[in-house]
Amino acid sequence: MSDIKSRGYANADKLVSTDWVAAHLNDDNVRIIESNEDPLLYPSGHIPGAVEVDWVKDLNDPLRRDYLDKAGFDALASRIGISPETTVIFYGDKSNWWATYALWVFELFGHSNAKIMDGGRLKWAEEGRELTREKPTVAPSSYAAPERDDSQIRAFRDAVLQHIQAGGQLVDVRSPGEFSGETLHMPGYPQEGAVRGGHIPGASSVPWSRAANDDGTFKNAAELRAIYLDEIGLNPEEPTVAYCRIGERSSHTWFVLTNLLGFGDVRNYDGSWTEWGNSVGLPIEK
Amino acid sequence: MATALPPKLQEYLDDFRFITTREERADFLIDIADSFQPVPPAIATKPYDEAHRVIGCESEAFVWAVDRPDGRLDYYFDVLNPQGLSAMAMSAILDEACSGAPLEQVANISGDVVFSFFGRDISMGKGRGLTELINAVVYHARQRL
Repeated sequence: MSDIKSRGYANADKLVSTDWVAAHLNDDNVRIIESNEDPLLYPSGHIPGAVEVDWVKDLNDPLRRDYLDKAGFDALASRIGISPETTVIFYGDKSNWWATYALWVFELFGHSNAKIMDGGRLKWAEEGRELTREKPTVAPSSYAAPERDDSQIRAFRDAVLQHIQAGGQLVDVRSPGEFSGETLHMPGYPQEGAVRGGHIPGASSVPWSRAANDDGTFKNAAELRAIYLDEIGLNPEEPTVAYCRIGERSSHTWFVLTNLLGFGDVRNYDGSWTEWGNSVGLPIEK
Repeated sequence: MATALPPKLQEYLDDFRFITTREERADFLIDIADSFQPVPPAIATKPYDEAHRVIGCESEAFVWAVDRPDGRLDYYFDVLNPQGLSAMAMSAILDEACSGAPLEQVANISGDVVFSFFGRDISMGKGRGLTELINAVVYHARQRL
């Protein structure tokens, strides 16, 4: 894979390579964070010194469908020993799908000094780099985050409704079967936790994984522009909303559009299909 | 009287009831995943017949059920995603518990046992994939009853 700086990204600084991470394992200004879907991966072996941020346990409010609040984020940041100045490097499974989700949540609290290790956990492992089961001992830090700001990169249901009524740009990043509504019900099992299958009216379908190469790295800017600008006609200057099922896969696309292609206004609709597909009175398309 | 579960599965479930921490659960499951043996070449070779793919499992799990002379089934599994540790653990449990077990007992397994092993704090997608893995095993048993 070509060097990250040569790929033409709008903000290449949001990505680091496995080489970069290997060279900063003992950098006190850097905290490496693993975020996965599979809860067994981190304890089975992780990058030396890396801490785990679990999307369910650490990032979500246990009693409301929402993310943690300022107090929760302060406590999380303290547990993983970061300050507002710490460079946090996220990596994880599934082409960094969950890592981008964690990064997005961190940015809700203004921790913008956050980057993704290109290629994620799989690339690190396939390069034969060290993985350890030893959990690092982290000195708790003191962290005072601002209140969570949901106004810039997060979209809520009513705002999405207004957005589509105004003809705004909308990207559905789920699989084609989910987009068409074909895979809502497998025999005996509701797959999506939604009563209807289909998509939000006006949405264009670009499965999130199209932005990734087979090795989990991100495609270069020209390849990404071919998908998002040429193929579905997104305008980087126009507000854009991305959604999936619960907002995790769409955080990957949010990262791509915002940081790799330089779109100015991208919001992740984390209510996504589990909210929209169940809501009374909201229109859908099949 | 309710039909029993396969004894080995019940044994696993009883063991997991004593688990109190997330770390302990993960360590137990990782040990089980380490024992996972993929389908032998005598049963199937890559590329696998898509008919054996577990629909909805993003770890790309496959299941085979082979009839035994006693009318029961031997199950075989593979998980193509090298990072699919949870699917490997679930496959290893199902292999040990269901291969050679009475079909009535295998047919009686509920997908909800996923949460007894993995806890409630797993993603919807992960829970669904592991449930579909169980469903595939149960399906073959029910087909022969």
